[in-house]
Amino acid sequence: MAEMNEHDPERTTTSRLSARDITIGYDRRIIAEHLNVAIPDQSFTVIVGPNACGKSTLLRALARLLKPTAGEVLLDGKTIHGHPAREVARTLGLLPQTSIAPDGITVADLVARGRYPHQKLIRQWSREDEAAVIEAMAATKVTGFSHRLVDELSGGQRQRVWVAMVLAQQTPILLLDEPTTFLDIAHQIELLELLRELNRGKGQTVVAVLHDLNHACRYASHLIAMRDGAVLAEGRPADIVTAELVEQVFGIACLVIEDPVSHTPLIVPKGGNLHPFEEQFK
Amino acid sequence: MSDTPTTGIAFGRPTGIVRLFGERFSQRLDLRTLTICGVLLVLAVAVAVLTLASGEYQIPVDQVIGALFGQASAKLHMVVVEWRLPRTLLALIMGAALGVSGAIFQSLTRNPLGSPDVIGFNAGAYTGALVIITMTGGGFVAVAGGALAGGILTALAVYLLAWRGGVQGFRLIIVGIGVSAMLTSLNTWMLMRAQLEVAMAAATWGAGSLNGLGLDRLLQVSVILALLLPCALILSRPMHQLEMGDDAARALGVNAEGTRLGLTVVGVALTATVTAAAGPIMFVALSAPQIARRLSGSAGVALLPSACMGALLLAAADFLAQRAFAPTQLPVGIVTVCIGGLYFACLLMREARR
Repeated sequence: MAEMNEHDPERTTTSRLSARDITIGYDRRIIAEHLNVAIPDQSFTVIVGPNACGKSTLLRALARLLKPTAGEVLLDGKTIHGHPAREVARTLGLLPQTSIAPDGITVADLVARGRYPHQKLIRQWSREDEAAVIEAMAATKVTGFSHRLVDELSGGQRQRVWVAMVLAQQTPILLLDEPTTFLDIAHQIELLELLRELNRGKGQTVVAVLHDLNHACRYASHLIAMRDGAVLAEGRPADIVTAELVEQVFGIACLVIEDPVSHTPLIVPKGGNLHPFEEQFK
Repeated sequence: MSDTPTTGIAFGRPTGIVRLFGERFSQRLDLRTLTICGVLLVLAVAVAVLTLASGEYQIPVDQVIGALFGQASAKLHMVVVEWRLPRTLLALIMGAALGVSGAIFQSLTRNPLGSPDVIGFNAGAYTGALVIITMTGGGFVAVAGGALAGGILTALAVYLLAWRGGVQGFRLIIVGIGVSAMLTSLNTWMLMRAQLEVAMAAATWGAGSLNGLGLDRLLQVSVILALLLPCALILSRPMHQLEMGDDAARALGVNAEGTRLGLTVVGVALTATVTAAAGPIMFVALSAPQIARRLSGSAGVALLPSACMGALLLAAADFLAQRAFAPTQLPVGIVTVCIGGLYFACLLMREARR
């Protein structure tokens, strides 16, 4: 696995964003208790786990959208709820699971809305705003259709526009909640490649919740595996992903082999009716 | 004025950029929306001048304009400036207030059916007015105060009933419809129990009318609107961010609940001001933002075009109310309900076809 070195062996272990002993939930329903997570700076961190394991809730807490009932989320060493909302919005951007494009909005107009935390009442379209929007649209390759209505776009294009909106925010940390869920395989790969480029090229810290474990292993430099509101394993995919871990997290029997292309762990589920094939691997 | 007339970004709409004072001031302007606003304003003023010219005593338009600029006989000045102008100006600014109020509620609820009527304001205001008229027999200030209290209390109750750790647009509409229905039946019951003259007074107020409004009312209303409209404009920036959903807006640094509460207060206050002065004028708040949006093709509802459209609608409705069955003077609320009913039917048919 020599190629794994490209995941920057000198990666810093500092962390601007972390959760310290947090308890999170909605109303009186507790989703996770005593959770400790540190997002390594400049990492591509991926959070995986079965449905309802608390991964999206954790992301919302990290993004300051959800206040922990105990413990605290730290941003630059200070509790994130102690920072003003606009200041947080200049440090970390979030692409929520579902966002609504206002009726009749064009691509460029939507991307420009990402500049909100940098603007003031009398200063709503500075040169920096303009440059940031141009750059964000170029990075996501949406410039060519910036004049079109968001409603008219395909799912893949639309998701790129939303990513562009978050990029225009120009934050060193980027959080994405299941960004690939409604995309076909080609657009999933396209989006993940884009995130990797942002992470490697600009050193942006990327934190994404993903459903596909193989995608997670392939793109993450730091993997967080959750189940029932607890972190079961954390680290480089190659170091932590084993058949036992997958069984523990997702409750499925599988083989873990090396991905012939990316040389990262590849999970092959065994399934119930595949016993004849299982013999071949023994 | 601006050092870059256009932008390097294709926004898909004619866009102008203004940067002034060493770039301390910068704005991105949607030229189509601004043009529409201009056209609507010119039309509204034209309708207003027409209204000033017509009446039992017809005056040629050039003499009306002369009177407005102080170049007319004392008699003409009295008819145009002292008698007719306050009411016409009231129609313009109250129409604008209703348009802005409707735009606020439609943005908050992300629904073209959102309006102050929807969160029960008008039904509550009518209840308040009825209680005062039944108990004290009326008097303008008392009725206006009762309507205000009724409307604001109802809006507050709807807001609190719709609260589940935050207020969602759709829940606000559903709760509002329920509360409105209950209050409407209460209003009917009170009217049926009331004595004839009380019921007559209540019905007159309930129709919404600009008849007999003068300079004193104009001054009161303009002072209040001069305070409220800038608040609405300041809140319109986070309001547009909220249209993307709470999570997206909050991640961009918007205080979602605070913004929503502020907008609700301003929206209710705008409608309350109009209702207190003229009684409930329905449908302007509902239709003005949507018509303006169709004309300007803007993303979501916008405050400024809605204000211009509201001013035009109410000015036109007031002209019709005065002239359609002259010398009989209709309450303007009857005209707006007719226009609004048509609009509403069109809207429902469009929605049904989708």
